[in-house]
Amino acid sequence: MPSLAGLFFWMNSKLENIKNLEVSKPLKLDCGKTINNFPLAYETYGKLNENKDNAILVFHALTGDQFVTGTNPITNKEGWWVTAVGPGKAIDTNKYFVICANVIGGCMGSLGPRNINSDNNQPYGLDFPVITIKDMVRAQESLLEHLGIKKLLCATGGSMGGMQVLQFCATFPEKTFSAIPIACSSSHSAQNIALNELARQAIMSDPVWDNGRYVLKNVQPKNGLAVARMVGHISYLSEKGMEEKFGRKLQEKADYKFSFDADFQVESYLRHQGYAFVERFDANSILYITRAMDYFDLSKQFKGGLIEAFKNQKTKFLIISFSSDWLYTTKENKDIVIALNASGADVSYSEFVTDKGHDSFLLDEPEFLKTLKGFIDSMHNKFKNEKRI
Amino acid sequence: MTLCTTNLKMKKEFKVIAELLPNNTRVLDVGCGDGSLMSLLKKEKNIEVRGLELNQDNVQQCILKGLPVIQGNAETELLQFPNQSFDYVVLSQTLQAFYDPEKVLKDLLRIGKSVVISIPNFGYWKVRAKLLFFGKMPVTKTLPNTWYNTPNLHMCTIKDLFSFCDEKNIEIKKVIGVNGNKTSLIKRGNLEIKNLFSKLGIFLIR
Repeated sequence: MPSLAGLFFWMNSKLENIKNLEVSKPLKLDCGKTINNFPLAYETYGKLNENKDNAILVFHALTGDQFVTGTNPITNKEGWWVTAVGPGKAIDTNKYFVICANVIGGCMGSLGPRNINSDNNQPYGLDFPVITIKDMVRAQESLLEHLGIKKLLCATGGSMGGMQVLQFCATFPEKTFSAIPIACSSSHSAQNIALNELARQAIMSDPVWDNGRYVLKNVQPKNGLAVARMVGHISYLSEKGMEEKFGRKLQEKADYKFSFDADFQVESYLRHQGYAFVERFDANSILYITRAMDYFDLSKQFKGGLIEAFKNQKTKFLIISFSSDWLYTTKENKDIVIALNASGADVSYSEFVTDKGHDSFLLDEPEFLKTLKGFIDSMHNKFKNEKRI
Repeated sequence: MTLCTTNLKMKKEFKVIAELLPNNTRVLDVGCGDGSLMSLLKKEKNIEVRGLELNQDNVQQCILKGLPVIQGNAETELLQFPNQSFDYVVLSQTLQAFYDPEKVLKDLLRIGKSVVISIPNFGYWKVRAKLLFFGKMPVTKTLPNTWYNTPNLHMCTIKDLFSFCDEKNIEIKKVIGVNGNKTSLIKRGNLEIKNLFSKLGIFLIR
């Protein structure tokens, strides 16, 4: 493994080769500050057709990035949604033009706390403005303009990606024909805020973090960030799923070692996930992005609440939840359906029964993927006709 | 367990329902199955349809056809639909399968300006004859299940539904009896005879 300083250099040099849009239009953030001339890193798959009726915008989740499918050129691992997106997949890149941008606040090339602050020529660290889901979505809207797409066929994403879908539809009701928010919520629950706080506290209590100034020293609060990731991983699984996957199985040993090493497979799994994560993610980005999630409350943005947020929507929605997801529960997803119904929107809803927890949307869940494909294909037929008229 | 009759008869029933509904209206199909009726209403009458369906496979079928459907249980989840938010609410051959049909019916009348309900008629002569002559719970093409596996908890006749509507002050706008491919208008004057010879009763109420 290269040293962290080396790693950052290596990552930064790789980041130079990825698609990047310099957004010149000033973006006034919810916190009151304005950013301009900022980078927005993105990736596209497939081809935009002549009628421009096949564009799908995918929003990524907390620790995701723009590399939806294929091989991620930075990590050399598979894209995060390779199960659903790609040639011949549910979101078929032979047929559709798939776009995904790294959120602002992230660390895969879009403006984030690791970028250089032009005020003092040093990395932002905690001087980076606090951003919201709405800020992320508005930044990505510039990308559509850049790509010459007036109206998307579909906007989709799971978890925080789903929240961005909801925000996108509420802020730009004319910009997408259909929308699939998956396993998400219209306002972050107390439990989810608590879990995010746990992740942040883990990072901030690591002495290396040093109030976010670790970036100046080219180091990373590895231990804190790894613990933060472990918290996340627990919340993405379900009790039953964990029992099935790990049970009380021991890690490469016949008996307890009577120590605090990773005796159990589940411990070993968490440690592996935690420490693998520090190689690809920035600790300050986790602080900023989790904060954006916590601040997300779509009903608060509109006087009449959530119903008002979706008023006069022509967008066709498909809401999806998973039975064992305790992070973004079926109940929370149904609340979105109820609000959409109350505002008279065109909405479908389906719950998939699985033991795989919140992670389900990233996994090979055949019924879910079949529904995803069926909805997008039928929407494409309708959108084509609408465009023809 | 199947709630539905054979395909052919189903189509006749759906045709009758479609004829009852004016063009360009907003219709909620409660227990919409695989979306056959919704497809028909959308295509033939330019009706803005929405479906509610419990079964996952059926929900998927609707979505694949591009029909908006919400997976959920009509018994517990009609609350999500606002008052008078649809011109018509359709409930096809399901009323008798609810634990509390009265509550469901009340909800349907709250959501829709009018309601179309179809029921398998327990007063149909073959049904009566099976019970009378064989002393066993009737199993017919319209009612294919046996007593221990039937989803039909509250069987009723066309006449029963007439009385029920009168009792609850529900206005009956039109009732159509279906037997095979034949349909006929049911009025109070011919109720006794139609109750004997209709396999299905389709009520337009409000």
